[in-house]
Amino acid sequence: MSTIDNAADATLHTITVVVNGHPESTTATTLHAWVEARGVQPAGLATAVNGNFVPRSLRAQQPLAEGDTILTFQPIEGG
Amino acid sequence: MLSAPRDWEVERSAQVKEEPATRAGDTEQSALPPRRCQDQSEWHIGGRTLTSRFFLGTASYPSPQILQDAIQASGAQVVTMGLRRQLAHGAEAGDFFALIKATGAHLLPNTAGCHTAREAITLAHMARELFDTTWIKLEVVGDAHTLQPDPFELLAAATQLVKDGFDVFPYCMDDLVSCQRLLDAGCNILMPWGAPIGSGQGLVNPGALRTLRARLPGVPLIVDAGIGSPADAVQAMELGLDAVLLNSAVAHAVDPVRMARAFKLGIESGRLAFEAGVMARQDMAVASTPVAGHPILL
Repeated sequence: MSTIDNAADATLHTITVVVNGHPESTTATTLHAWVEARGVQPAGLATAVNGNFVPRSLRAQQPLAEGDTILTFQPIEGG
Repeated sequence: MLSAPRDWEVERSAQVKEEPATRAGDTEQSALPPRRCQDQSEWHIGGRTLTSRFFLGTASYPSPQILQDAIQASGAQVVTMGLRRQLAHGAEAGDFFALIKATGAHLLPNTAGCHTAREAITLAHMARELFDTTWIKLEVVGDAHTLQPDPFELLAAATQLVKDGFDVFPYCMDDLVSCQRLLDAGCNILMPWGAPIGSGQGLVNPGALRTLRARLPGVPLIVDAGIGSPADAVQAMELGLDAVLLNSAVAHAVDPVRMARAFKLGIESGRLAFEAGVMARQDMAVASTPVAGHPILL
């Protein structure tokens, strides 16, 4: 297989998602894979896709598609 | 299927049929303290037993160490936390949470920053997962300047979250009827404001809080927001409210740790005064020394 074919495959699977308001490219096909790829502790954040809460246990079944919005929330100080 | 009535519901329905209690010569005295015969050092809220009536916020302290020391000095067994849309990595994300967990306090996450029921419901579910608690301080802001709650969105969010199994602590106005609607929706706790968040104005409408106490006996009432000095907290507790939640008054003090202790003492003092029963005010002087009728002729 040539280098050109590999590049073509990678391009084929790259999508753009909007993470907390900022567009970014990813090859992840599920929310779980995206969290893993970002190197964040899975239990250290809560997630939503297109405005809907996705529990930690369901991230592996949550597909990502071109243009999806991902929101991530983490604990902070509060009153 | 109807669920069993909550402990305060029987009292509440009975209270509705009663005429207001009359107290000779006094219109200022608060409702009579409940359960005088029981151990008054413990109280129950959201399925937990507490001894402290001080809920402390964790924001805006000069340093993490001062926050930790302030929590310890306050004796608070419940501390509030928030959620923010961010994606921080490693220590940056986890240190603060670990610090708070190390205090051993119960966590009361909030939905600060939400303006709609939908936002608040989503954030509450996220908080339940992150903080591993069914407790949620439900905030749905209706006005950007006063940060006062939107009673309609709040009720909509509370209704759904109760169905979803949350113990909802609604940050609400001090309006009796909107509070009753929250109870009808299944809330077991109310958190009426004392004044706008962070304003330090104290209790701007003590009459409304007195009304809530009188009309909703047995419902845990926590004054949330607007407390400025320990005197405000004493006043709230003397009115018969069950607890006080504050943040800025401690965090913005010159010495937050010392102020945390000042509030602890104030809240305990106010509660004791309520349990003891504050004397009735009189319009005229009433001699303390029993010499009336015995003229002193020098």
